[in-house]
Order: sequence, then structure tokens, then C-alpha cells
Amino acid sequence: MMKAQNVIEVDNLSKLFGDFVAVNQISFHVKAGEIFGFLGANGAGKTTAMKMLIGISSPSSGKATVAGFDVYKQAESIKKNIGYMSQKFALYDDLTVKENITFFGGIYGLSKKQIDQKRCELVEELGLQEVTNSLVASLPLGWKQKLAFSVSLLHEPKIVFLDEPTGGVDPITRRQFWELIYKAAHNGTTIFVTTHYMDEAEYCDRVSIMVNGKIDALDTPKKLKEQYKTDTMNDVFLKLARG
Amino acid sequence: MKRFVGSVRKEFYHIFRDRRSLFILFGMPIVQILLFGFAITNEINNVDIAILDQSNDVTSKEIINKIAASKHFSILDIIQQESSIESIFKKGKVKAVLQFENNFGRHLIKEKQATVQILTDATDPNMANTISNYISSILKNYQQELNNTVSIDYQIVPQSRMVYNAELKSVYMFVPGVMTVILMLVSAMMTSISITREKEQGTMEILLVSPLKPFQVIIGKVFPYIFLSVINAIVIVLLSIFIFNVPVKGSLFLLGFESILFIITSLALGILISTISSTQQTAMMISLMGLMLPTILLSGFIFPISSMPLPLQGISNIIPAKWFIIIVKGIMLKGVGIGFLLKETLILFAMTLVFMGISVKKYKIRLE
Repeated sequence: MMKAQNVIEVDNLSKLFGDFVAVNQISFHVKAGEIFGFLGANGAGKTTAMKMLIGISSPSSGKATVAGFDVYKQAESIKKNIGYMSQKFALYDDLTVKENITFFGGIYGLSKKQIDQKRCELVEELGLQEVTNSLVASLPLGWKQKLAFSVSLLHEPKIVFLDEPTGGVDPITRRQFWELIYKAAHNGTTIFVTTHYMDEAEYCDRVSIMVNGKIDALDTPKKLKEQYKTDTMNDVFLKLARG
Repeated sequence: MKRFVGSVRKEFYHIFRDRRSLFILFGMPIVQILLFGFAITNEINNVDIAILDQSNDVTSKEIINKIAASKHFSILDIIQQESSIESIFKKGKVKAVLQFENNFGRHLIKEKQATVQILTDATDPNMANTISNYISSILKNYQQELNNTVSIDYQIVPQSRMVYNAELKSVYMFVPGVMTVILMLVSAMMTSISITREKEQGTMEILLVSPLKPFQVIIGKVFPYIFLSVINAIVIVLLSIFIFNVPVKGSLFLLGFESILFIITSLALGILISTISSTQQTAMMISLMGLMLPTILLSGFIFPISSMPLPLQGISNIIPAKWFIIIVKGIMLKGVGIGFLLKETLILFAMTLVFMGISVKKYKIRLE
């Protein structure tokens, strides 16, 4: 195939809460293996849009498929094919690293053997050998985030949704976190990520910027900067968000 | 199934690693049953009383000895004049004074009727009432003995009918109530808190995005509490039997079955609470104010429903605890079988279904 297959296709998707239009007829698509940045100010409708895509909120109108499954009728199939990590998440603090991995592997239906194997790989990759049997509460935030990301990839999902994954993390850890993201993308996982950090937007293959429920811009960071005649994504964002 | 086992195991980790919930789970039942059994009780023990014996004859002496011998009273003082009564009450030394009329024994034999006046300190009306009842019952007892040996019908006035259980044990009334309160507390409050904790931490979202179906998430969280509540019920029944000598006259099997039914009712309530509250604090407040208070006050646990005003009697009908207390009293104290408890059992069952139905509905709305 010449063109990579689309794993997310969104067509005129809207979500209304009473009279309030949270998401207003957005359309976009995400290609397999792409790192797709989903930007927007607080309250622009990012989270609502994302919730519709991961199958925990049903759209008011429009069409959308995720991993080839319809968000209206096949939410259960979507859930099996995606990973999800949010800013708040939050592995279980009162469970050990090992227990968290076992639990999350278990709910995605991995066998004990698969879980053990995955755990060994993951622990080694993140250098967590010393703390596998420590409670997650005792780990630094950066480690928790990296672990949470790896856990969301345990079942080898086609797409992983990251909702502000690096909130409150220091720059070095953010850098390491993005290395993990690149690695996952390199292995063929599609990354759908929301963020507030505009330097992170530069790392994405393509970004969309949501303003008041609509997608106002969608392109590669390079083209967006050209289009808005600025040097940084930060300025692009400010120009759009201020209208 | 494997997912279910994983969820349950994880929930047990949560419970056993949180000292506070462990204490509520296992400390509370024991503390409560002992408190209610020993301290907070309608039973009276070693109440100080005084005697004013104006007759001073064989009969009055016998009665005084009987009272002195009972573990309920201890005679603190024998006073000589009526004028001392007021001062002894004012000093607060005694709760009651027993006054035998002049020529008590002679009246009893000649006129077959004699009077004892029981003066009680009514600043604590419940206590006064209880004391008066206890003394009357001792008098009546004496009178019966007398009438058995001599075949003449003597009468000691006042007479009073004893409304307590035959052995005057208030713990009999408390065990079913305490059991109900504890099962309600553990099942409803603990589950609602543990579910809202996941919401607060943001992990509920993760679980909902996973292939686990919402009902699987909930069942996984709730199941350990069924198990722990059953253990609690067993502990309470054992404490009752071995420490308070409360009998279980009916079938233990039936008691177990009804307890599990009530536990599930409470869990359904807990789930319902967790669907309408978003923080652990809210869940706890709703559980305490909305469940515990009505359960303690309106279920017939402490205050008899029949003496409540009509509107409250009506409200008591929608409190699951009321029906469970009737069931437990029936099985433990009266020894009745399922035939007599069918109505109560069906009511609990229906309530459970209603609570679950509402929860499912609320849950769906929340997801929209």
C-alpha cells in the first residue's frame, strides 16, 4: 500500500450537553504508527472528544471509527484494541509494581505466562529491578508515569491514548518519557496524545489544535509554523487560542 | 473468570493494606457488640436504693432480704423517718426508696393486702421506670412464694407486670440490632467508599476503558465485602452465644441465608450511594447520615416502632434494617422458620432489586 492505513477516522463528530456544544463537528484521521498531538486550551473539548473515541462517552452526532470499529456499536471491541493513560492515572498506590502489572495484564485477558514475560521485559527496560516488590506509592512521580505508560502498552494495543501524560513531571523525565513514546511508535503503535507543553507538540508527527469545540488547525508542526509565520508551536497556539 | 479473580485479589490488597478500613471491618463489630452488650444497656445492676421500713416485721424483713440478695440492687441505707427521704434523694445517693407501710405484715395477713411504696428518682425516667418494674417483679415473686406455701390469696400492692424478656436480659434485644448495624456499616459504607476512591484516584476511568464490563468492575469490587461481612456475621453470632449466652433457637443455616441476603441488600445500597457521590467524603457522609442514623433510630433497634408517630412508622417500612431485625429476632430468639419470615424476606429481596435497578440506571446516565 502506498498510503498508511487510517486507524482513527472522525467525521463531523459532535457532543452536546444540553444546549452546550462541547465538541462541534470535528473531523480528522490518524494514520497507523503516527504520533498525533491533540492540543487545545483547558475547556476546549479535548477530553470530551477523547472520551468519545475510547468508548466511555457516546457521541451526539457524526461518525467515528477507532481501530476499524464503530464508536457507537462496537465500543467493547475498541476497548480491547486501545491502551489508555491519563494525567491522574495513577497506578494503584497501595499495590506493588508487580501486583499492578499482574492486575492490569489480567483485566486485558493476558495469560499468567504472558504477564510474567511482559513483566520481566518491562522491569528490565525501565530499570525497576530493585523495586518490583515495593509499593507504587514509594516511587518518584516520573517513574510512576513511565511505569503507567508501559502498563498501558502491556496488551500490545494498536492505539494508545495519552491524556496529558507528563503533567507535573520534570523536563528530564519528560524527555525520557518521550523516548518511550518514540519507541512505542517505532514498534507500530499509534500514539494519540494531549498535552499542554508546546515543546512536546514539536515532537509530534502532526498536531491538531482545538478552540471552543472546533479543530482550528491540523498539520505537521513545521507547516503550522510556516502558515502562522512563527518560529515556535507556542506562538502558533497563542495566535489560535486568542482568536 | 480469571479477570474476576484478579479483580478480587486486587481488592483484598486494598483492604488489607489500609489499616483504617481494616479497623472498621474487624474492630468495630467487636467493639460495638461489647459496648452494646455491657455498657449501653437497659438492664440495671447494683442500683443503690434505700429502705424505709415503718413496719419492721418478719414479712418486710424477708422482702428486704430478697431485694438485697438480687444482683440488681444494693441497699445503701436503712432510713428511719419519712423526712429523710427527700434529703437522701437530693444528695443523689440512691435511685429509689422503698417504703413499707405501718403494720405491713399484719395488713397482709389480716386484710390480705398490704402496700409498698416505690419512690424512684425520675430525673432519668427510663431508669426510674425500669427500677420500678424490677422491684415490682421481686415483690410479685415473693407474693407468689407466699401463696404457694400458704393457701391463702395474699396480695402485695403495687403490682406491676414485667414486660422484659423472662431473664431480664437486655442483650437479647441488642444482638439483632447490633448485627444489623454492623452489616449495614461494613457493606454499604465500605463499598461506597472503595468505589468512590477509584473515582477520585482516576483509576475508575482506566477500568472503564479496559475491556472489563462495568458490572464486572463493580462485582469485582463488591465480592470481597460479601466475604468479609459473612465473617463479621459469624463473629457476632459467636460473641453473642459464648459471651452473652444469647441462644440461637432457630436454624443457623436460615440465619446465614438471611444474613447474606441482607448483606447483598446493603451492598446494593452502597453501590447506589457510590453512583451519586463523587468523593469518598460525600459517600461517607451519605452513608452515615442517610443509612446509619435511620438504621439505628427508626428500625426498631433501640426505639420501638409501635410507639413512634405514624409518619415515622411509615418511613420505617422503607428501611431495610427494620425487616432484617424482625428476621434475626425471629430466628435467634423465637426460633421460627422461613414460613413465618416469608414476607420480610421477600421485602428485602425486592428492595435489593430496586436498589440495583436504580444503580444501573444512574451508572448509565453518568457514562453518557
